[in-house]
Amino acid sequence: MPMANISTGKGASMIDFLLYALLAGIGVAAVAGPLGCFVVWRRMAYFGDTLAHSALLGVAMGVLLNIDLGIAVALICLLMALGLVALEQQEILALDTLLGILSHASLAAGLVVISLLSDVRVDLMSLLFGDLLSVTKADLMVIYIGAVIAILLLATLWKSLINITVEAELAAVEGVNVARVRTALMVITALVIAIAMKIVGVLLITALLIIPAATARRISSTPESMAVIASLLAMLSVVSGLATSWYIDTPAGPSIVISATLLFCLSLSCKQKG
Amino acid sequence: MSSPLIQLKSVSKSFADKTILQNISMTVNRGEITTLIGPNGAGKSSLARLILGLITPDFGDITRSDDLVIGYMPQKIHIDPTLPISTHRFLQLANASHEDCYKALEKVGIPDVKHTPLHKLSGGEMQRALLARAILRQPNLLILDEPVQGVDFNGQNELYELIGELRSSLNCGIVMVSHDLHLVMSATDHVICLNHHICCQGKPEQVTQDPAYLDIFGETALYNHRHNHQHSLEGKVLDADGKHQHGEGCQHD
Repeated sequence: MPMANISTGKGASMIDFLLYALLAGIGVAAVAGPLGCFVVWRRMAYFGDTLAHSALLGVAMGVLLNIDLGIAVALICLLMALGLVALEQQEILALDTLLGILSHASLAAGLVVISLLSDVRVDLMSLLFGDLLSVTKADLMVIYIGAVIAILLLATLWKSLINITVEAELAAVEGVNVARVRTALMVITALVIAIAMKIVGVLLITALLIIPAATARRISSTPESMAVIASLLAMLSVVSGLATSWYIDTPAGPSIVISATLLFCLSLSCKQKG
Repeated sequence: MSSPLIQLKSVSKSFADKTILQNISMTVNRGEITTLIGPNGAGKSSLARLILGLITPDFGDITRSDDLVIGYMPQKIHIDPTLPISTHRFLQLANASHEDCYKALEKVGIPDVKHTPLHKLSGGEMQRALLARAILRQPNLLILDEPVQGVDFNGQNELYELIGELRSSLNCGIVMVSHDLHLVMSATDHVICLNHHICCQGKPEQVTQDPAYLDIFGETALYNHRHNHQHSLEGKVLDADGKHQHGEGCQHD
């Protein structure tokens, strides 16, 4: 299995690559902020990890069935998400144990299936940790379409989402269709994972969701300000991570996560708001 | 306007083969406070959730009045401190205007906490905030699940007084879930003693004399008592030394 990073061929078009990378990263960061807030508020970090890991299986399926990888990943994540919602009702195992099993089983299954695809060269490192510098114009378009849909859905459902996050039964009595809103959140999560995979890879997607949100919490006193600040922090992490990657030649995805983490550490010196 | 708000006829509900509620019939009228009492696990909250429409019965019918608007106060809710939300904003989630939210907070006696983060409210303030949200929708039926949970004794008295006032000012029916035996009695018109089925029901004075009630709660559960003792978790009365008193005919040590 070739583990080396794809050569991006630094040359005349490098500035284009950098611009695409920057735009792609910012697009994903914009939606990672508000979605990440829900992951934090609803304690879905493990859940997000499980979905992200299953994305690898989506890639394998996409290659096998020869369909667009982004669509394949989004579909597999969505199926996984709906399955998890159904499994939430079971009482055999604690939810985190179950998620742990599914998360690692799907990661392992993805790795095994991909290794069996001997005739197709799949760059595993870029799947696991992202490959921001290989973003094409077409990728960029997919990312922005996905991000805009996700943001519009979040904005439309915002009040209901906050309502069911505070107390689902109260929201239900007041007329919110809790099942529908929950399902919508799953769809959004699956969508964002599909577009974020290119940026930070399946292993680091949850980091891009929860770290900016956790940082934003320190300096926010309303759900809305937290979502916006999380978006801005995620964008800042993308820019500084990409700069690091550019100047000292580190992998872009992990550099973005390190940047986000440093911002989080800085935020610890701020006094916690409300 | 004298038609009942909600009527249950022979309603039964099971969870995972365990019958939680069996053959429950009850009527809730306007301006009337009905209290569901019973030991832990007797199905009180399940009955409240059936009335709310959050779960559907396996058998039996529930008839709701056409103009029914329910205000719901859930059992103590958990607010994750990662969610920055002020008490005022919490109330607004019920689709209410700024003005109405302030009024509701005033009505329940906590106008000063409007900017306080929800997760920083004290137990009593939280219960009042939940009550404020319940009345925001101008309900004609209030469902209150353990409304005085986590509130100290004086606070409990005040809350029950407040609930009584709300009943008159909103002219609404109230269904209250409680395992507290004492304070509830004086604030209630109709008591239903529940232990999966309805053991007995009626006015508080009648119910406290009913053998089925005494069987569950013992004779110490008279409502017009002086509060000179403690309660165990189940609401039973304890002596000062922590032992509980025995009802007549009690078999155990």
